Amino acid sequence: MGSFVPTTEAERQSMLSAIGAEKIEDLFSQLPGEMLLDRGLELPEGMTEMEVRRKMEGMAGKNKKFTTLFRGAGAYRHYIPSIVKSVISKETFYTAYTPYQAEISQGILQSIFEFQTMICELTGMDASNASVYDGAVAAAEAVAMCRDRKKNKALVSAAIHPMVLETIRTYCFGSGMELVVIPEREGKTDLDFVKDKIDEQTACVYMQQPNYYGILEAAQELGRITHAAKAKYIMGVNPISLSIVKAPGEYGADIAVGEGQPLGLPLAFGGPYLGFMACTSELTRKLPGRIVGETVDARGKTGYVLTLQAREQHIRREKASSNICSNQALCALAAGVYMAAMGAEGLRQAALQSMSKAHYLAGELKKIGYPLVQEGEFFHEFVTSSGVETDIVMKALEEEGILGGYPLSGEREGQILWCCTEMNTKEEMDKVIAVLKEV
Amino acid sequence: MLIFEKGQKGRGSGILPACDVPVVMPGEKDKRETDLHLPEVSENDISRHYSELAGKAHGVNDGFYPLGSCTMKYNPKINEEIASLPGFTEIHPLQPKETVQGCLEVIKTTEQYLCEITGMDRMTFQPAAGAHGEFTGLLLIKAYHESRGDHKRTKIIIPDSAHGTNPASASMVGYTVLSVPSTGEGLVDLKALQAAVGEDTAGLMLTNPNTLGLFDKNIDIITKIVHEAGGLTYYDGANLNAVMGIVRPGDMGFDVMHVNLHKTFSTPHGGGGPGSGPVGCKKFLADFLPSDLFSEDFGDKDKETSIKSIGRVKSFYGNFLIVVRALTYISMLGSGGIPEASKHAVLHANYMMSQLRDIFTIPYEGNCMHEFVMSLSDLKKETGISALDIAKGLLDEGIHPPTMYFPLIVPEALMAEPTETEAKETIDRAVEVFHRLYERAKSNPEALHEAPASTPVTRLDEVGAARKPKLRYNFQDNGI
Repeated sequence: MGSFVPTTEAERQSMLSAIGAEKIEDLFSQLPGEMLLDRGLELPEGMTEMEVRRKMEGMAGKNKKFTTLFRGAGAYRHYIPSIVKSVISKETFYTAYTPYQAEISQGILQSIFEFQTMICELTGMDASNASVYDGAVAAAEAVAMCRDRKKNKALVSAAIHPMVLETIRTYCFGSGMELVVIPEREGKTDLDFVKDKIDEQTACVYMQQPNYYGILEAAQELGRITHAAKAKYIMGVNPISLSIVKAPGEYGADIAVGEGQPLGLPLAFGGPYLGFMACTSELTRKLPGRIVGETVDARGKTGYVLTLQAREQHIRREKASSNICSNQALCALAAGVYMAAMGAEGLRQAALQSMSKAHYLAGELKKIGYPLVQEGEFFHEFVTSSGVETDIVMKALEEEGILGGYPLSGEREGQILWCCTEMNTKEEMDKVIAVLKEV
Repeated sequence: MLIFEKGQKGRGSGILPACDVPVVMPGEKDKRETDLHLPEVSENDISRHYSELAGKAHGVNDGFYPLGSCTMKYNPKINEEIASLPGFTEIHPLQPKETVQGCLEVIKTTEQYLCEITGMDRMTFQPAAGAHGEFTGLLLIKAYHESRGDHKRTKIIIPDSAHGTNPASASMVGYTVLSVPSTGEGLVDLKALQAAVGEDTAGLMLTNPNTLGLFDKNIDIITKIVHEAGGLTYYDGANLNAVMGIVRPGDMGFDVMHVNLHKTFSTPHGGGGPGSGPVGCKKFLADFLPSDLFSEDFGDKDKETSIKSIGRVKSFYGNFLIVVRALTYISMLGSGGIPEASKHAVLHANYMMSQLRDIFTIPYEGNCMHEFVMSLSDLKKETGISALDIAKGLLDEGIHPPTMYFPLIVPEALMAEPTETEAKETIDRAVEVFHRLYERAKSNPEALHEAPASTPVTRLDEVGAARKPKLRYNFQDNGI
């Protein structure tokens, strides 16, 4: 059995006698006897490190690791430079907790300040927090930020990631905020519906750019409609796309949120990922979570602290802007290192290549009877119809070690959501075409 | 120096190969026009930058970290290696079910182990942290009452010793918070609780042992009072490290709870996260849990299995790699090691408390559990030295201070949690440092007011930081 308790029998006795107890069990004497567990825990016996490694490697071995992926739908495989893992594996970074003691946490605070700066740069917004749990929670928290006594309604596009919509719905169920789903029309948010339904009670409009189907929406126009009704405009964005696609700040958004996973985090069966949130300076004091600010120490030296804490649960309790305490700090660190390693030019390359490859694949798929379901500009995802049952398509690709696009369901049964990143080579795409020709 | 101030224009490391298909750009109306400023640095620049930053931080690996209520225990290295296996890290969350059997086994096995440790029947791993778990658990309570057409239950009862996340979570689900006072013994005031419950009681949130480090011996009466009023009981699992294998929240009468894998189950705190806050519940609440990972439709469609489900609280299935680490840890300790961990956490805390009684006030009688609270009120009255000053003095000694000014009901509080993974000599040295600081408070309080002196920066101007927030580096101001 592995153990991380360093205490020897002699030390135990010495500690017990200092306390004035005979045995450890005496320390639990105030617990009601009838409630105590009168048996051992029904868990396997402890294992040595070697045995545990064998057990866990066995589980990992039961997963199928695809070397070629054309599936995104909220989780994207981009190249992760080696330096990312090297930095986040530094023990000090991963074994520390929230930097409550600023004097001995300058390294962590500064890395968050740098992350906030990069997120502001990417999104074109004024202020960013230190992260929330993931993109879906970032969206739900952004919607909650906009609510006030007179505005209790959120208009949310149906063309966003379904899990993000589900999460917003759950948070609205909690808070009692009214959620109106804006229907999609031909794969895009229905702007006429927004014009018709937006009113004085509308706190915000939430959309995703590019949307769930990969399509670039009329984001500028939706922003204008939203602002004309004095509601806040929230955009959910893909951070990689922002090096070539307009930033939320350019489209006129009040809040920009998104899933930071594409910035140097592995697929990891869905987590841990990274929710980022940025906003205009007007809304900064409504942001949830940790925020790091620059200041000076008693000797005038520049330093960093957790700031604007009057928003937070440990100060404001039931009046806090959110209950968040732990966040995704190490993932934010990874994203910061990723952006430093890629630089603006590297990020632009990742975006351009993702977009270009998606267009190449879409063009080739069209030639063999898998046309785009909707026309319109797209980034690195797109939806095609399928001449053959999607199950058969996926099986055929799987046999070649390829994870195909994501088969959609419901009204979009029979359609496939494809994704390309810089990781996909032309050779791989040609292989997909060759396989599908045979189906 | 910030990373933006390092490097040179045009510097970088070629990471991606050339594009092997014709290049496509966004159209004019959607093309980014604003400059994008990101660092222009070499890999060596990055490596040294973050090594420098790591040198200006303090983790469990650097020294003692008795931060109360955070359970800063040692993070075993095997956890990290297992969580880095490509068979876990390179799995897409929307792969077909038959290709992710290993991931499902991780979650299923962890659920089974944690249910045994907590006495719960089912668990969801979607919540990403403790506070996220509280939110999820309270939604279960809300959904339960609403499913019974019981819409008048709008209040959550929370003791005044509770973590700040408890009332904040209650607000997020639209509940009004009713605070009940603690008795002189530091326990829930039963009379006040009895007076507080009624037809409007949705539930009670409780940490046991509580944030004073005390186990509430009346717990069966407490949960009974709430149940009899028609409310449900929520267990904040932040302090589970005190009682594993000894007593289970499920047997104390709790209906729903969260576990902090990053506290109790040795997964690292990551400089603030990611954590993991799985929520467990009794059978009668299981239908309300977020979408079921093990439904028939998994991997193909995102259908909810139960119409009663509260829905999702997050994308996909939670912070999976954190669950992998926790399972590694539980497997290693097993049926014998898990209770041993709790027993030693309690032993170490009581030992440390016994060594500090002579200088600081321990406001409540009796043994503590895995943590204890000291009040420095008397010291402050006598010398002007506050809990903050003592905490800052610890920084010069390479010790992370205990949690300060919490719980709110103890003045000048320091809350210490040594954990089971610290050796006696580490605790002894901390005790010796506390005594030395105590003496200094009496002999040279001025010096302590100015502590720390040996850290990369001295005390920082927090008021100024909040008054004129500077939350990002400004490239324009710096001519970039």
